[in-house]
Amino acid sequence: MDELHRKSIAELSAGLAEKAFSSVELTRHFLARIRDLDSGLNSVITVAEKEALLQAGAADERIQKGEAGPLTGIPLLHKDIFCTKGVRTSCGSFMLDNFISPYDATVVERLAAAGMVMLGKTNMDEFAMGSSNETSHYGPVKNPWDTERVPGGSSGGSAAAVAARLAPAATGTDTGGSIRQPAALCGITGLKPTYGRVSRYGMIAFASSLDQAGPMARSADDCAWLLSAMAGFDERDSTSVERPVDDYPGALEQPVKGLRIGVVKEFFETGLDKDVAASMEQAMEELKRFGAELVEVSLPHSEYSVAAYYVVAPAECSSNLARFDGVRFGHRCEDPKDLEDLYKRSRAEGFGAEVKRRIMIGTYALSAGYYDAYYLKAQQVRQIIAQDFRDAFAQADVLLGPASPDVAFRLGEKASDPVSMYLSDIYTIAVNLAGLPALSMPAPRVKGLPVGLQLIGNYFDEGRLLGVAHQLQKATDWHLQTPEAFS
Amino acid sequence: MQWETVIGLEIHTQLTTNSKIFSGASTRFGAEPNTQACLVDLGFPGVLPVLNEAVVRKAILFGTAVEAEIARRSVFARKNYFYPDLPKGYQISQYELPIVGPCHVDILLENGETKRIGVTRAHLEEDAGKSLHEDFHGYTGIDLNRAGTPLLEIVSEPDMRSAKEAVAYAKKIHQIVTYLGICDGNMQEGSFRMDANVSVCPRGEEKFGTRTELKNLNSFRFLEKAVNFEVERQIDVLESGGEVIQETRLYDPSKDETRSMRTKEEANDYRYFPDPDLLPLVIEESFIEETVKSMPELPEARRSRFEQEYGLSAYDADVLTATRQQADYYEIVVQEAGDAKLAANWMMVELFGALNRASLHLEESPIAAEALGGLVKRIADSTISGKIAKSVFEEMWESGKGADEIIEAKGLRQITDSGAIEAIVDEVLAENAAQVENYRNADPKKQPKMLGFFVGQVMKKSQGKANPKQVNELLRAKLSG
Amino acid sequence: MTLERDDVEKIAHLARIAVEPEELDVLQRELGGILHLVEQMEKLDTDGITPMAHPLDMPQRLRPDVVTEENHREEYQAVAPLVENGLYLVPRVIE
Repeated sequence: MDELHRKSIAELSAGLAEKAFSSVELTRHFLARIRDLDSGLNSVITVAEKEALLQAGAADERIQKGEAGPLTGIPLLHKDIFCTKGVRTSCGSFMLDNFISPYDATVVERLAAAGMVMLGKTNMDEFAMGSSNETSHYGPVKNPWDTERVPGGSSGGSAAAVAARLAPAATGTDTGGSIRQPAALCGITGLKPTYGRVSRYGMIAFASSLDQAGPMARSADDCAWLLSAMAGFDERDSTSVERPVDDYPGALEQPVKGLRIGVVKEFFETGLDKDVAASMEQAMEELKRFGAELVEVSLPHSEYSVAAYYVVAPAECSSNLARFDGVRFGHRCEDPKDLEDLYKRSRAEGFGAEVKRRIMIGTYALSAGYYDAYYLKAQQVRQIIAQDFRDAFAQADVLLGPASPDVAFRLGEKASDPVSMYLSDIYTIAVNLAGLPALSMPAPRVKGLPVGLQLIGNYFDEGRLLGVAHQLQKATDWHLQTPEAFS
Repeated sequence: MQWETVIGLEIHTQLTTNSKIFSGASTRFGAEPNTQACLVDLGFPGVLPVLNEAVVRKAILFGTAVEAEIARRSVFARKNYFYPDLPKGYQISQYELPIVGPCHVDILLENGETKRIGVTRAHLEEDAGKSLHEDFHGYTGIDLNRAGTPLLEIVSEPDMRSAKEAVAYAKKIHQIVTYLGICDGNMQEGSFRMDANVSVCPRGEEKFGTRTELKNLNSFRFLEKAVNFEVERQIDVLESGGEVIQETRLYDPSKDETRSMRTKEEANDYRYFPDPDLLPLVIEESFIEETVKSMPELPEARRSRFEQEYGLSAYDADVLTATRQQADYYEIVVQEAGDAKLAANWMMVELFGALNRASLHLEESPIAAEALGGLVKRIADSTISGKIAKSVFEEMWESGKGADEIIEAKGLRQITDSGAIEAIVDEVLAENAAQVENYRNADPKKQPKMLGFFVGQVMKKSQGKANPKQVNELLRAKLSG
Repeated sequence: MTLERDDVEKIAHLARIAVEPEELDVLQRELGGILHLVEQMEKLDTDGITPMAHPLDMPQRLRPDVVTEENHREEYQAVAPLVENGLYLVPRVIE
């Protein structure tokens, strides 16, 4: 039993099928790990023990009856941005500290339908705004590799929990790198699918044209299974795509030989840590060994992606977060003297500093007289950046680069300087602006800390990304390394 | 100084759909508060809008009816502002690219001339909820049942120059949307609401004056009164050396005045931007073709058909096609009765008169179209006389019974048997020998007038049932003999 | 474009966020810093480029006009701060 947290989803699934252990036992094992080990990490906000054991019991019945699927009985954690019926959904904010969602997000519903067991909800940057998990109302998450350091964000709780093996897998969301950057900093595998591949219904919106949910797990193999259950058209989200879901587990064994892998020139220029660059080189050598053809490609306008992003994302967030007004749900201030006071104090008290900054930047960018200079201009830059990718994919099947310019930084290191924090997403943001799929997987560690290799695919090419990652993971053990305290 | 009034109207028409514009909640009127507000209408965290197909089709019907361009690509934007009846903090509305482009409608002026009023655009948007200001110990109550109800907002050019013109234009739009069946036109329930932009400027001046916006006028009468009040108010302000302030004003029917709405005064920076939850609405030609197949006949077409097919006068056709209900009612009467002109007369004189006296709308008429048709049919086939028919009509109105039932029960069937009529005529002539003598000796020019006496006597003897035409003919023949 | 204190106050009001006078300077500096980052876009010539509002080049899907929702008022209002007789309550609005 002691090794249950070291197994892949495929191994756990086989064990459940063979009745080597039950889902209830598996669930108890991970609940115990959360109880025993999370106090130093703060990766889980809400543990749903009662619900988890009920779901696990139901999963065991399904397994008994022979009605189980590959994910039935496997536990997971949900990022606290996904609405979960009857379980608090805080989005990392005091605003929603008391919010019990009356409904389930589509992602939650689908994974539950597949028989997965929800252990609880993970910590995150408030409303997914942050790159270090320090903006959470519930306190920062610590990186399991070095608890003095941040896990990345905004899906920092999910990344830290998976890295510490507190759950076999977790869900995340990625608006500007929020799956890939924490996956990189915590040494796990995380995939941001093509925009529209996974339903956004029930996922609390940050920036609607950028947000996308995806799986976070140890390996590409595990992510493939999760994505199979998460992806697909949803009639409640009209931006979800009506297109059949590929066989992701089936795509894992596609050969890498002959694949043209485009190394993004700009991602290796100024700002990249030398050791991280060396780690990238090692990973690229592996790929070459498999017969992949490495070609240099350019995304000439990627340097503008952070600027465009910090107009588009705040603009959309300023509008998306207007619904938190203290009237129908969420925090309401004491004794408002009039309507204006109700709005202003409820919002000032409910939101943290970073959320307020972004709402205000977005409000400014959309306001009369500035719309063209900021919002419209950013949409044009967005178009140019998307065109860069179209050009690059004419020369390569998959693009490659680091997921983050450096290893995990220290807690508090960038917290007082929003702009330096924003720049830690420099390699991930362009992908969201274009709506492309991308994953981060562990590359060789440097200074004892994880490094993320980012693979970017063309639209709906998740299968190929997972395949390349899987082939690398079959030949290496980078993804299997676990921080000692959590092994 | 001579002042000129300039008026533009924004008309919010609620589209008749089962469900809301972006959610599957019912649009039924009059439900208990917040029982028809689903998660999407309430703007819960994480929910998303999905556009209702019927709403798009109804907008296409309107655009086609007024011969406007239907945008092949239109975009939903967010209009951002905080208000308790606006759950998401923004209203989804079409801004830069509306579904219906510029067009115009013609209105008939009192002097008989036609005036062309420009329609700038018509766009789709969601309605807000309702604030209830009754006393909740110092609070306002919010009911979000109406939030998300589909609206087609029809915006005119500032082409109207008097309250009367504004009313004529509004009635015209009301006629079009109700004919199309895209809006029930019910003004009490708020299905058709008007905002008027009003300004005045010295006659001959090209630049318009500062305008005020009069909100939520929910009857044609209030529209006329509010505009007239506002025009007077603005002229007073200007003539006393003041300036008109651009603002939103509310018409108070109980005081017949407009007053400033301070709460909506707020610097209006709506920060419009395309709604990222909704992709551009792309309309294929085939979708339009399929939609307009169900296009009902429009007022103008119906009016000229009434003239040609039923031989009605221009005036009668105009009256009967004023609303779709009237025209539908009339056509049922004609179908039953078979005599189009008689049907028109009975509807316009007897039915409308009775409805007027009882202050009822046509929809509330105690006599259904089929029943009125049944009555007119009995006049047309000479079963009863027009005079008897009036009493039958009255009884139908009171009792709800059918014409035939009343005619049979009361034995009102007209006597058309010439033998029976001749017997009565002979009786009358025998009883009034002196008058007969007088008649025969009289100047032939005076005889027609004198005939009336005998007709009256015969009708009296037959209790009104003798066919008047036969009575006249027989009397004339016998008296001249 | 430099951000003045007045601008910060105006934005805070539009966004309905209460800001204490002593917070204004910090906000002015922080927001100014972000705007400075954002203004790097100015270096890029975007003349004639079609703005990209959305990553997907896809039309809006339409939903059939069917009522699918039932009344769940009690459930939905269970998380509301203040309700009475099925109504959400806010401080009195004067129109």
